[in-house]
Amino acid sequence: MAEVEFDTEGVKKRFAYINRKAPYGSIYALEILEMIMISAAFEQHAIIAFVDDGVYQLKKGQNAKVLGMKNFSPTYGILQMEKEDADEDEDIDMEWRIVVEEESMTARGLTADDLVIDVEVLPSVELADLLDAQEVVLSA
Amino acid sequence: MSTENKMLHTVNKSPFERNALDSCLRLAKKGSSILLIEDAVYAALANTAVAEKISSRMDDFSFFVLGPDVETRGLSETPLIEGVSVVDYGDFVDMAAAHSAVNSWL
Repeated sequence: MAEVEFDTEGVKKRFAYINRKAPYGSIYALEILEMIMISAAFEQHAIIAFVDDGVYQLKKGQNAKVLGMKNFSPTYGILQMEKEDADEDEDIDMEWRIVVEEESMTARGLTADDLVIDVEVLPSVELADLLDAQEVVLSA
Repeated sequence: MSTENKMLHTVNKSPFERNALDSCLRLAKKGSSILLIEDAVYAALANTAVAEKISSRMDDFSFFVLGPDVETRGLSETPLIEGVSVVDYGDFVDMAAAHSAVNSWL
């Protein structure tokens, strides 16, 4: 079989990750989180949005040990560190925004203080414009 | 109508069971195309309890439904919401290629 080579050197795209599922009940939240970490390794731009039950991924105080599962909520702290590193280090060409949809958050009785990381809270109309401007959209 | 600057949104969940269609309608930018596939084809039917979700947004979006998924479910003779266009798999491919990006609401 012929060897196929992909020239991906320097390829940079604007990604949107739309997190819509609650953690632990299904594998979606953990899988999309891993995708986001990989895109950080490749210095890709990203809008990381939490919508619908995806907001519950960021709820403070998670303890999955009682179920014998891995508590992956500390990983969101790593996301925030990646974003801050990219914001502060001019050698890193990576622009990230971590956004929570206001309507989804308030519908669940949550405020930004209930979340494990600092986020931008945007109403759906503004989030719609932001998502529409990205080149690749991955939703789960 | 040019679609190269517009996003194609696909929805594949029944509107009676899940909120994927609601979220799509709330977070898609006006002018986008929305293609209903798999169990989301039930959202394209006229005279249901949820038909207004789509019929009330005809000015905001272009709506499509995947014909093979309609026929599979025994709905070929069931009236669709006025303004929803039926497409086939070839059209689906063309639409995916012609839009700026595809957003799958799972």
